Amino acid sequence: MKKLLYLMKDHLKECILAPLFKCLEACVDLIVPLLMARLIDIGIGGNNTSYIVKIGILLIVLAACGLALSSVAQWFSAKAAVNFAANVRSKAFSHIEHLSFSKQDSLGTATLITRLTSDVNMLQTGVNMTLRLFLRSPFIVFGSVIMAFTVDTHAAWIFAAAVPLLAIVVYGIMAITVPLYKKVQARLDKVTQATRDNLTGVRVIRAFNLQSSETNQFLDQNEKLTQQSKHVGLFSALTNPLTYILINLATALLLYVGAIRVNVGALTQGQVIALVNYMAQILVELVKLANLIVTISRSIAAGNRVQAILDTPIGMQQSESPAQTDREGSVDFDHVSLTYEGGGDPALSDITFKAEPGQTIGIIGGTGSGKSSLVNLIPRFYDVSSGSVKVDGVDVKDLPMADLRQEVGIVLQKPILFAGTIRSNLQFGNPDATDQEIWQALKDAQAEDFVRQKPKQLDEAVEQGGRNFSGGQRQRLSIARALIRKPRILILDDSSSALDFATDAALREAIHHLSYHPTTFIVSQRVASILYADKILVLADGRLMGEGTHEELLKTCQVYREIYESQIKKEDMAQ
Amino acid sequence: MSIQKNKKPVDKASQIKTLKKVLHYIKDYRWLLIGSILFAAVVCVLTLWLPILQGQAIDKIVSKGNVDFKGLVHILMIIVVTVLITALAQWLQNLVNNKVAYHVVRDLRNAAFKKIEQLPLSYLDAHPSGDLVSRVIADADQFSDGLLMGFTQLFSGVLMILGTLIFMFSIDWIIALVVVILTPLSLFVARFIASHSYKHFRRQSEIRGQQTALIDEMISGQKAVQAYGREEDVCKRFDDINDRLRDTSLKATFYSSLTNPCTRFVNSIVYAAAAIFGAFLTLRGRITVGQLSSALSYANQYSKPFNEISGVVTELQNSIACAARILELIELEPEKADPQHPVTVDHFDGKVDIDHVYFQYVPERPLIQDFNLHVKPGSKIAIVGPTGCGKTTLINLLMRFYDVNKGDIKVEDTSIYDMTRRNLRSGFGMVLQDTWIKDGTVRENIAMGRPDASDEEIVTAAKKAHADEFIRRLGDGYDTYLTGGGDLSEGQRQLLCIARIMLAMPPMIILDEATSSIDTRTEMLIQQSFDKLSNGRTSFIVAHRLSTIRSADQILVMKDGNIIETGNHQELLKKGGFYAKLYNSQFQQS
Repeated sequence: MKKLLYLMKDHLKECILAPLFKCLEACVDLIVPLLMARLIDIGIGGNNTSYIVKIGILLIVLAACGLALSSVAQWFSAKAAVNFAANVRSKAFSHIEHLSFSKQDSLGTATLITRLTSDVNMLQTGVNMTLRLFLRSPFIVFGSVIMAFTVDTHAAWIFAAAVPLLAIVVYGIMAITVPLYKKVQARLDKVTQATRDNLTGVRVIRAFNLQSSETNQFLDQNEKLTQQSKHVGLFSALTNPLTYILINLATALLLYVGAIRVNVGALTQGQVIALVNYMAQILVELVKLANLIVTISRSIAAGNRVQAILDTPIGMQQSESPAQTDREGSVDFDHVSLTYEGGGDPALSDITFKAEPGQTIGIIGGTGSGKSSLVNLIPRFYDVSSGSVKVDGVDVKDLPMADLRQEVGIVLQKPILFAGTIRSNLQFGNPDATDQEIWQALKDAQAEDFVRQKPKQLDEAVEQGGRNFSGGQRQRLSIARALIRKPRILILDDSSSALDFATDAALREAIHHLSYHPTTFIVSQRVASILYADKILVLADGRLMGEGTHEELLKTCQVYREIYESQIKKEDMAQ
Repeated sequence: MSIQKNKKPVDKASQIKTLKKVLHYIKDYRWLLIGSILFAAVVCVLTLWLPILQGQAIDKIVSKGNVDFKGLVHILMIIVVTVLITALAQWLQNLVNNKVAYHVVRDLRNAAFKKIEQLPLSYLDAHPSGDLVSRVIADADQFSDGLLMGFTQLFSGVLMILGTLIFMFSIDWIIALVVVILTPLSLFVARFIASHSYKHFRRQSEIRGQQTALIDEMISGQKAVQAYGREEDVCKRFDDINDRLRDTSLKATFYSSLTNPCTRFVNSIVYAAAAIFGAFLTLRGRITVGQLSSALSYANQYSKPFNEISGVVTELQNSIACAARILELIELEPEKADPQHPVTVDHFDGKVDIDHVYFQYVPERPLIQDFNLHVKPGSKIAIVGPTGCGKTTLINLLMRFYDVNKGDIKVEDTSIYDMTRRNLRSGFGMVLQDTWIKDGTVRENIAMGRPDASDEEIVTAAKKAHADEFIRRLGDGYDTYLTGGGDLSEGQRQLLCIARIMLAMPPMIILDEATSSIDTRTEMLIQQSFDKLSNGRTSFIVAHRLSTIRSADQILVMKDGNIIETGNHQELLKKGGFYAKLYNSQFQQS
């Protein structure tokens, strides 16, 4: 939380003024019982009608003061809380957007959305409530005790005893129930999970005829949840009755002690009423405080989750000085090894090869052999564990990130499109692209035909994630987005897997004839996709098993031969 | 769906209809509810009586030497007993309410879950699972909290108002009248503020929705954002929305936070007025000081139940909306019941006949038309074709996830519509492209199709699926607990699903792109296992990779819901049609 609280410094003024005005307003609340005591003792006791009117007017003036003071306080606390939350959101979002890939992987993107939305909202509520109540409620509790002492010391000792007792009851029950509520939440999560599982796996469950056993498991989980909820309920149901007993017994005792003090002339009747009123105020404030503590502890938990984002280091040092290169598009891997954070076996071990400008490099290998890891090193999505990756003869670590990524057009394995239009998605690759350039990129990516068929052409809406396009269309659009940058280095990371063979072949043909001749890396599981590359890299378990042209590899590399034969049999080649 | 979510059944008629249905679920707990109401009544009356008692006690304490201790102690004793009874009644009421609320929500969830297990897939496929989950979980909670708690709160609130009125009038009608006339002011003020902050709140949730959408999109697409170096741009877009959110949020928060000070201000005025009037009445000797004190504490708490009730009413409306959503789910039409007198097929040889089948998901888009297929026992059928051609649909029909519109499907010469679904599905083993891993251990996941399988059998099945190797590398081997399978790669998940089938050894096999994420070498090895397994078994294989389908006895080439070519690999290549074109495109020189 510390770092987040540090962000509060921008709103220091509001953070001081809000509680201050709240406490001033609380003073009004504290004066009222005393005024009532005077009204009874002097006004009624002394049969003084003008005094009664005077007190009445004073009460109304005080009420107006209270309204003004607390409105000002609400304004400051709302301002502090809302601005703080906006500030946190902006910082956290920007931090996330700049995290390196390996940090993104370790943070896990699934929870980030809730952290940025509901957790920050919780934080906002927490700050708001804290500013309003955290000082005010104890102020009134202790203020009431002190006022009681100014009225009568003997009677006030009842306050001094009742307040800690009440505090023990309220917070004692909380201490018991809060951990129990966490257990309820855990049980609820299980029920949620069971429901979700049954919806996503409905075909498998029905195929295996598991409906009745799944239902029994659910009933069992649900029953456990119910029992756990009732168990907590047993304790939390005690809060109200117990505080009610305590406060009213204290009041009864107060009346009795008050009676003794009145009898000896140390107190008046009005003062006894004032004391009873103070007691009632204390109860109200303690209940508010208990609620506030729940809110605060939830906000702290939310705050810690948000803090964890900001605490995650960005993960990569950027080079400041722009290195001048001649931008040709050569790529050099020099004894490169890569081990992902979080341990495990190295994803890549001792990879060395060179790609000349304009060459086409095919990369093939089994699942988990390190193909994607290898190409991800070129735009420096990850830093190597040892060795070096050079682009145009310069270590990628010495190139400014923006310059490097400007040079590299990478099409990721999973095509990512954004809500907007086809045009806006392509301009994501190059904001200055003209319509003519966009059409050219679409044509090269074999996407022109289906875009032409859309009624609105380039202005056709793209839904979030591109879900209104088929898998193959999404892949082609994201290829077009890379092509529109006219990159020196083009990387296709298994990005045509959803295309049929004919379209895939046409795509490779088009890329081969691009006017700017990028150095092209094609990652694929299909031998056919890389068959005619200038150089093929064969990977297995993160190691380079072979390097060369198709013909060379067939002779020298057993792994390649196996892959090849598993896909294309000799007899077919004859055809 | 989002439209449906926001749609609140505002019209009274549908609210009442929902309430009636809700009563059905509460019916079993009616005695508890009556108990709750009785306890609430006790709490109300005694709580209201307390200020009177305190007032009487104060009247015993007049001035120096003028204190009636005997009378005072008597009243204090009554106060103590009253307080204890009130507290007990409060506690019992809480317990009863908890029990009713938790049990009703449990019953609703059970009913909803049972319904989900029976819903036709056409419904489940068309509705996002997140929405159904939120009905079962969040709506059920909201309903029990809101409706049941709201109900007792409403009851106590009304009772409190009536009680306070009676007690106040019993003290003095003038003070009572002052309070009754002035109090609505605070309600008016609260309503005024609420209606003015409402539009800011609505705007706030609109902008919040936009922001969440942006966050969702940019975080899931973050790698693309960075690959294209567009971080600053995206942050700027975020900050734009964030600034707008901040502005409306500040207005909404501030305006709504004025409610409390304003209503308190009105209450203070009521209090002051009651004090002045009361004081004059006391001077005239119409009431005692103790009664004045009682009247003032009534004046202080009179507006509270009003505010609570207005809160409860919105809460109630909200929870009726939630109840409607969960009831809508519970009342959905389940899939067509199994035939009353089903034909039982005990032994599956693998003979499948599809006769003149017509099928469409949506009426206006006919998909499969006059589809015929006759499969001999033990043959291997491969289905190829472009995306959306109806390959997966065929499987939906075979497994009876969907029913044909016209025509018939027969297994072992028995119409699948004359069998129970259970009987039919027990004949098939199915692996889908979208793998599904249940929360549980690897062992449990493999044993899904045969829960009684021995450990040895499970390991053997995993070995056949070439999953044994990676399973052993997991932290706890076969006892590794998988949470939704998120910790496995797509290929590993597929291997695990294949192991399930290897264990269950069903008479007929359906593989829908089951090896799409597995590398070709492993796939080849699995293929050999399958060939052994499927020896004598009928199998249906949907695949993209032509290498997977080459050895099929019969290849169905589908396009636009129809079979355009059939034959084995060699025959189809000779034919030189669509299949041959697809196949040869693999080897084109680029």
